[in-house]
Amino acid sequence: MIRGAIHSTESFGSVDGPGVRFLIFLKGCRMRCRYCHNVDTWDPYSNDLRTADELLDQAERYRSYWGKEGGVTVSGGEPLLQIDFLLELFRKAKARGINTAIDTAGQPFTRKEPFFSKFQELMRYTDLLLMDIKHIDPVEHRKLTGQPNDNILDMFCFLSKIGRPVWIRYVLVPGITDDDGCLRKTRDFIATLKNVKKIEVLPYHSMGEYKWKELGIPYSLEGVKSPAAEQVNHAQRILRGKSDGA
Amino acid sequence: MKQEWRSFKGSHWTDDVNVRDFIQNNYTPYDGDQSFLEGPTDATNKLWEEVQKLQKQERAKGGVLDMETKVVSGITAYGPAYIDRNLEKVVGLQTDQPLKRAFMPYGGIKMAEEACTTYGYTPAPELHKIFTEYHKTHNQAVFDAYTPEMKKARHNKIITGLPDTYGRGRIVGDYRRIALYGIDYLTAKKKDDFANCGSGTMTDDVIRQREELADQIRALQQMKEMAAGYGFDISKPAANAKEAVQWLYFGYLAAIRSQNGAAMSVGRVSTFLDIYIDRDLKEGTLAEKGAQELIDHLVLKLRMVKFARIPSYNQLFSGDPVWATLETAGLGVDGRHMVTRNDYRFLHTLENMGPAPEPNLTVLYSSRLPESYKKYAASISVKTSSIQYENDDVMRPVWGDDYSICCCVSATQTGKEMQFFGARANLAKCLLYAINGGVDEKTGQQVGPAYKPVTTAVLDYDDVMAKYNVMLDWLAGLYVNVLNLIQYMHDKYYYEAAEMALIDTDVRRTFATGIAGFSHVVDSLSAVKYAKVTPVRNENGVAVDFKIEGDFPRYGNDDDRADCIAVWLLKTFLKKIRKYHTYRNSEPTTSILTITSNVVYGKNTGTLPDGRAAWTPLSPGANPSYGAEKDGLLASLNSVAKLPYEYALDGISNTQTISPGALGHTEEEQSGTLVHVLDGYFDRGAHHLNVNVFGTEKLKDAMEHPEKPEYANFTIRVSGYAVKFIDLTREQQLDVIARTCHDRM
Repeated sequence: MIRGAIHSTESFGSVDGPGVRFLIFLKGCRMRCRYCHNVDTWDPYSNDLRTADELLDQAERYRSYWGKEGGVTVSGGEPLLQIDFLLELFRKAKARGINTAIDTAGQPFTRKEPFFSKFQELMRYTDLLLMDIKHIDPVEHRKLTGQPNDNILDMFCFLSKIGRPVWIRYVLVPGITDDDGCLRKTRDFIATLKNVKKIEVLPYHSMGEYKWKELGIPYSLEGVKSPAAEQVNHAQRILRGKSDGA
Repeated sequence: MKQEWRSFKGSHWTDDVNVRDFIQNNYTPYDGDQSFLEGPTDATNKLWEEVQKLQKQERAKGGVLDMETKVVSGITAYGPAYIDRNLEKVVGLQTDQPLKRAFMPYGGIKMAEEACTTYGYTPAPELHKIFTEYHKTHNQAVFDAYTPEMKKARHNKIITGLPDTYGRGRIVGDYRRIALYGIDYLTAKKKDDFANCGSGTMTDDVIRQREELADQIRALQQMKEMAAGYGFDISKPAANAKEAVQWLYFGYLAAIRSQNGAAMSVGRVSTFLDIYIDRDLKEGTLAEKGAQELIDHLVLKLRMVKFARIPSYNQLFSGDPVWATLETAGLGVDGRHMVTRNDYRFLHTLENMGPAPEPNLTVLYSSRLPESYKKYAASISVKTSSIQYENDDVMRPVWGDDYSICCCVSATQTGKEMQFFGARANLAKCLLYAINGGVDEKTGQQVGPAYKPVTTAVLDYDDVMAKYNVMLDWLAGLYVNVLNLIQYMHDKYYYEAAEMALIDTDVRRTFATGIAGFSHVVDSLSAVKYAKVTPVRNENGVAVDFKIEGDFPRYGNDDDRADCIAVWLLKTFLKKIRKYHTYRNSEPTTSILTITSNVVYGKNTGTLPDGRAAWTPLSPGANPSYGAEKDGLLASLNSVAKLPYEYALDGISNTQTISPGALGHTEEEQSGTLVHVLDGYFDRGAHHLNVNVFGTEKLKDAMEHPEKPEYANFTIRVSGYAVKFIDLTREQQLDVIARTCHDRM
């Protein structure tokens, strides 16, 4: 039986997919986003290993809070790094009639085998993907995350083609992701997609900074302030294609 | 049919006092949304501005604006007084000046005097003479009869918050009766009861009942007199909505003029009053603006209720609460929901006049309430953190569909029941007594019986449980008997004639005990069971610290290993209470509800085997201990929901703080999420939830900068009531800040 390497669970998630959701955070991520607030999930090793049924039994204890929309969201870390486990988890979740969502950065995505077939099967059991666009520009993306973005943008296109619903999240970091040119380019890309149900701009915050310190990793965004509400609204308007863009 | 009853339907209620029957026959469920609501009128704005000005002065003067020093409070103690006579749609003040606190010596003259002197007032010397030489007070009577053991238990705070110096409260007169029937009809009914009281054989019960009925009839006449002073004749039923609100308020005013109970609830008046407003709207004599104004002005009056208190009382119940509890919504026994437009209007007062702790607005919740009402209530919670939710689905089978909340969370059938309220037993301290052979860990006194203490190096679960069991037996017995004595004396020296006049003569009585330190006992027993706990004893052999090795499950994580202990503790305590005779054959109940007294209880409780440090606050009500919740809000709620309400009919209070961001990005999302949380929690059979929506940062800022205008009315829910945060003691503020705020990860 496959076991997932778990970072933690949270009984109450309300902004990670529709309705009230049970959140599962998996371990391991290859992205090195400079603002990451879950640095402690980078390392793929975990001494908390659990089966799909164990997690779903736990999740279902909160079913009475889910209403018609809620369910389970798997986040991380990067859930797609544990795609075999994720497949089992979501196949079983669907058998139990549970709404499923993945919160992913898309970094492991490739059209190469064996990943691609597994991913296609996984999409059959996935109701929603919450996906970040960290940066639209490949060079800036690599600077910000340490990883290329071509395969990530390809994943968006693939999801659009197969019609899997996506919520796009955009972390607004002053001085890095907030210039209008960059926002407009991102908008142009989003406009090519047919599966986008929601576009959310998340203001950068430094609440995860203490974790960097705890792990002794230098934090490169020290001193960067959270964007003001007006900046967030402005970015939102551009990304949603409502005025301000041109 | 009487002219005042025109167009009302039904018959039972017309030839007997039966307000429930009247409501069920005449109310109109409302399925729409809040769009019909109206903003405040100019009169409302002006009045509320004036009251806020006075409240500001009150705070500047150290918490009390003015105090009576000459007149003993009573139903007719004062003539008419106003805030602004021309603007008030609902009239009547407690004394002769707004916010002036009455002199109420019947609970105890010492307390009444201390309340005055604390705030720099000197009560008239003749009052002292009267209430020491000529008239005995409740307080004196209780202390005359206390046993040395009782005094010791009280002094060592294993039993705390006993109503032996002030009114016991928690008795809700059915104030609606005055509006529906008028005083004369109610008096005639009571006279009829008097005529039929006893067979002529004068037993204690019959004599007491006859005397009480005479007092009630007198109180009814005084209500009429008081109302006449304001220019109203309440001998007849109310003829329209304005009169209905006014008549009802006069009943409540009579209660708060004659009693200073720790809880003076208003009751379930919302649906009732809607019937009158609805009739006026249909008759064209009232428009929505005026309807809202009536409710705003009633609520404004309820925001002004004040009692003179002493510092030790304020430490227990911080922030000047009166528990003017008032309910909205709920379902009828016939399955129809009881949400009317008026249930919206009452919540809307929090928008029209801003957040406020009183009246203690309570939504009787069911997932079957109309979605639009659930959403509206949730949105008011998100905006104001001023309302509490109680599960109608667990209360309705026990109390029917016309119960009121008589204190913070306790249900009582309106006009049919009364409650003997009494404090809390500190079960956490009792666990230390079990370990220490009845010796108090703070004072070193032998308070409990000198049973054999735990002598092993490491605490053994079976040994501790056996010893805890017998110590709980002792505490339950002592507790019940202290309360029996207090209730006896209260009936004798401080009888609630005004409230009881508006309750059936054949009243059902409940006997409400309470538990403090709940989560700490559960976690401590779990620690003893699943980890290795070694007591550190002082030179007298008293365990003053505990070394804990290994991990153990804690209450608040939906972990059955700990939660089973919680269920066991509740059931065990109530079973022990039930063994004893309770005064006037009342029905014993219990609650897990500490109000803000968790701080005072904690101050007197040593280090516990769960690792809670000595003299720090206990967790409030049925809340899990601070820092115990590791798996988020819903896991915590699931744990509390496991406690069976039928074993805690007096209530299971749970207070949760959720940061706005954890509920959603927009206000719409936030209230939607909150509805899911409430549906899920209450569908599991949970009883009560206080909902706060704000982050810890706001609390810290408000504590440091109470002068900022945005904090003047910043209201938060604490265990059992709502309070203006800046009115809490610093100690209480720090305690609130220390509690878990469910935030986004």
